Amino acid sequence: MTPADPDSDHWVRTLSGTGLEQEEALARLHELLLKIAKGETSRRGGQLRISGPELDDLAYQAAADALLAILRKLGQFRGESRFTTWAYKFVIFEVSAKVGRHFWRNPAVPMDTEDWDRLADQFGLEPDREAERRELAGAVRRAVDEHLTERQRKVFVAIVLNGVPLDALVVELGSTRNAIYKTMFDARRKLRAALAANGYLDDETSRHS
Amino acid sequence: MNGWSALDDFLRTDPRDVGCAEAMELLHVYAELVAADASAAESYPGIAAHLRACGPCGEDFAGLLTAVRGSAE
Repeated sequence: MTPADPDSDHWVRTLSGTGLEQEEALARLHELLLKIAKGETSRRGGQLRISGPELDDLAYQAAADALLAILRKLGQFRGESRFTTWAYKFVIFEVSAKVGRHFWRNPAVPMDTEDWDRLADQFGLEPDREAERRELAGAVRRAVDEHLTERQRKVFVAIVLNGVPLDALVVELGSTRNAIYKTMFDARRKLRAALAANGYLDDETSRHS
Repeated sequence: MNGWSALDDFLRTDPRDVGCAEAMELLHVYAELVAADASAAESYPGIAAHLRACGPCGEDFAGLLTAVRGSAE
């Protein structure tokens, strides 16, 4: 464990304490979390289909849930960063999770729809490049049919064809972000290898940037 | 960039990518390092690779970095 800076140490001591000192620390932390939650919902505003009071509610809920999570995990703070940075992480994650859940209130497309014509749109091919669009969709669909597991196909179709945000898919499948990302990571790797083997892409398997 | 090159960009994976769980676990440490010195990303190539490839984790990182920088002002 890294020794915490005096300010972080004060946060941990007062939040773990009792009485008025703890109450004041809780109120101060809640105020900070709410400020970060409001800033974050506003920063993400363009991606959300909500605004006004509903967006404010989301920020209040995120701050309240983050405060509970922080108190539950206070013993896990190891002083690797300032206490406030560690605490802000919880409220950012709460905003993310709530935005993911919100997606299903009004999804643009069902997650299982397999409209392969959408693939070319997702990768920016203009409608007038019809032959290229057909070739790309056909090659990827064949690779999906031949190389992906049922689970990988479901995740690929939802995210790539239907534009379902990864966090929203986590909610729908009752999974974790890490598990869905890993499924997609493996699917990407398999599809790229298949498309390279069929001469559509070059043979390099990874890129370091 | 569009069509095959955009698809290629999307399908490429980086073997250093640590995944969401490890990136989320260390996000507060990484955010403070980057806020202090952008080149600090080099100390955590696996997290940097993940944040480039994972939209949701990249978004969380951007939010945390904004919060850290805002609170330092």
